[in-house]
Amino acid sequence: MTLGCGVPRSAALFKKADQGNSDVQRTLFDKVWDSHVVAEMGDGYQLLHVDRNLLHDLSGGKALADLEARGLSVRSPSLNVAVPDHAISSAPGRHATSTDISARLAPIFRQRAEAAGIRYFDVNDPEQGIVHVIGPELGLTLPGLMITCGDSHTSTQGAVGAIAFGIGSTELLHVLATQTIVQAKPKRMRVRFDGALGAGVTPKDMILHLIGQIGAAGGDGHALEYAGPAIEALDIEGRLTICNMSIECGAKMGMIAPDDTTFSYLAGRPFAPKGVIWDRAIATWRGLPTDEEAIFDTEIVVDTGLIAPQITWGTSPEHVAGVVDRVPDPADAADTAQKTAWEAALDYIGLTPGAPLEGTAVDHVFIGSCTNSRISDLRHAAKIADGRKVADGVSAWVVPGSQSVKRQAEAEGLDRVFEAAGFQWREPGCSQCVAANGEVVAPGKRAISTTNRNFVGRQGPQARTHLASPTMAAAAAVTGCITDVRKLMDT
Amino acid sequence: MQPFISISGPAAPLMAANVDTDVIIRIERLSDFGRDQLAPYAFEAWRFRPDGAEQPDFVLNQDAFRSAPILLAGRNFGCGSSREGAVWALNCIGVRAVIAPSFGGIFRNNCYQNGTLPVVLPEEVIDGFAAIARTQPEAPFTVDLDRQVVVPPNGKPVPFEIDALRRRGLMAGQDDLGLTAQYAEQISDFQKRDQVDRPWVWIDEGLQKN
Ligand code: SF4
Repeated sequence: MTLGCGVPRSAALFKKADQGNSDVQRTLFDKVWDSHVVAEMGDGYQLLHVDRNLLHDLSGGKALADLEARGLSVRSPSLNVAVPDHAISSAPGRHATSTDISARLAPIFRQRAEAAGIRYFDVNDPEQGIVHVIGPELGLTLPGLMITCGDSHTSTQGAVGAIAFGIGSTELLHVLATQTIVQAKPKRMRVRFDGALGAGVTPKDMILHLIGQIGAAGGDGHALEYAGPAIEALDIEGRLTICNMSIECGAKMGMIAPDDTTFSYLAGRPFAPKGVIWDRAIATWRGLPTDEEAIFDTEIVVDTGLIAPQITWGTSPEHVAGVVDRVPDPADAADTAQKTAWEAALDYIGLTPGAPLEGTAVDHVFIGSCTNSRISDLRHAAKIADGRKVADGVSAWVVPGSQSVKRQAEAEGLDRVFEAAGFQWREPGCSQCVAANGEVVAPGKRAISTTNRNFVGRQGPQARTHLASPTMAAAAAVTGCITDVRKLMDT
Repeated sequence: MQPFISISGPAAPLMAANVDTDVIIRIERLSDFGRDQLAPYAFEAWRFRPDGAEQPDFVLNQDAFRSAPILLAGRNFGCGSSREGAVWALNCIGVRAVIAPSFGGIFRNNCYQNGTLPVVLPEEVIDGFAAIARTQPEAPFTVDLDRQVVVPPNGKPVPFEIDALRRRGLMAGQDDLGLTAQYAEQISDFQKRDQVDRPWVWIDEGLQKN
């Protein structure tokens, strides 16, 4: 069963797990969580050790300044890493101070990080990139770790079997000062993707489809584990895309059990352990996957084979449909809160209830962000762009997720494919995902973006965002409208 | 941080589901302005038209609700980005308590760090409050953390749940750093043990490339 965009969330998708012996049988999440408890604080709260804390330019420098103002210092500098990504320019030839905001933030960020003894990857260093892209890529992100960052898409990094979640500014101060975090243990939810992906359907479509089904709050209060054959079949980059959007269904954390795919991905990465320590680590990590009889508070099963390429039509990631579907009618909303939200969303996005999504004209395409800017994303998008031209009146950007992705793409000639088709090939960073660097989508313009949020004003005041996969984005760029990418694929 | 014991005042109904932190405060405002200067920018996409004029329909532009200390909201309020600036922006326009069926998890934790109370109540109860607020906009609601009740105008107190640790922190005006000062020794012990148990976390005294 696939659910169209107008169909309310289905209670039938949720089934309560049977009761069992949960003392000995534990989930991946429980194993990682329990091994980080430093102290019981009572009332269900625990103090947890943080193995990696990542700082970015929007909040990093400020946090270090605030820490000093409170008379505190960084407890374990070596477990922290800093990188500018949000506020920096993505223009070719950019440097740390190319945007006004970055000129204000980056120099202070660097100076404060270095003064605190925190490793800093500068704007054009070979390791630089979007914080959640470089974590796994450099082997900083490892199975079994507890990872925080002042950014909600930290959930991305759970894809290798870590607990990774976003925190606020004050929580960030707490991590810097104590290398721990105060949390109440969330409930556990497992999402099993059965079956296999159809042609032209990507991990982005899997996660968008899930959000459409369970809603933007469907994972509230839970840590998600993604499992099942369709997850096991994914490479790490696809798994990162899935975990990235856990927060869009309300779950702070999403994770996937480490397996041989994980270990071969991590082996030899710059910060991954080597030699005997690697062997010891692997032995530990092999014990992390969820025990067979472990109990989840909620289980959801998705038939992966029935998922069509997805596209959002509104201003919440739950406002999503198959590309072949129509714009929903607020009259069909499940309740008043949903109706109000749908009406406001359609008004903002400029679509008419009942109209087909396919064929909607677009102005701009953005391929990038911590959701979809890795090498496999760019390869897939380039395949669609190859030999075609960006449609008249459409602008299209490709922003690689990291310097390493950019180097690899250039070595494969993907930059030339994109440029020949009329895409701009730019420098690594968050760029138009949040437009904090001033790279906005113009007011009223319609963008297809491979990002994770279609919120009001996310890509700039009055900008209209449709979330989709890299191939769907490339297809929209070359046709000038929302297009079912499967029509452009060689079979 | 300002302690939260009890507050009274108008409650503004902002009832759409999934109000995200991007719409509460735009990201660039947080780098341009300090945490106490955000009042003009809270909900700006909804409060103002593109030409800068006020959007008269928006609930916080109605006179009774301009400085309402309580917000009545739809489910999943504060979802999305981790920006704590969303709570600062609410504080700047005088909001000290938000009543919603559910909250974004990071937003909720951020509230606890800033003396702001997230109250979880069933959707029907909040719909009832919203109906009262729309017909009697000036009538004061009371949110009493000490007694763990919300009292609607001329109505019966409605009890709500809150974790004891969070209640304690809010009432004492303590953020997480205040709550954990006593655990320094446990942290040292954990880290010492961990360097032996999981050396891959701590390679070469930290993240040295090897
Ligand atoms: S790419 Fe977008 S979602 Fe990811 S860290 Fe940057 S701004 Fe956040």
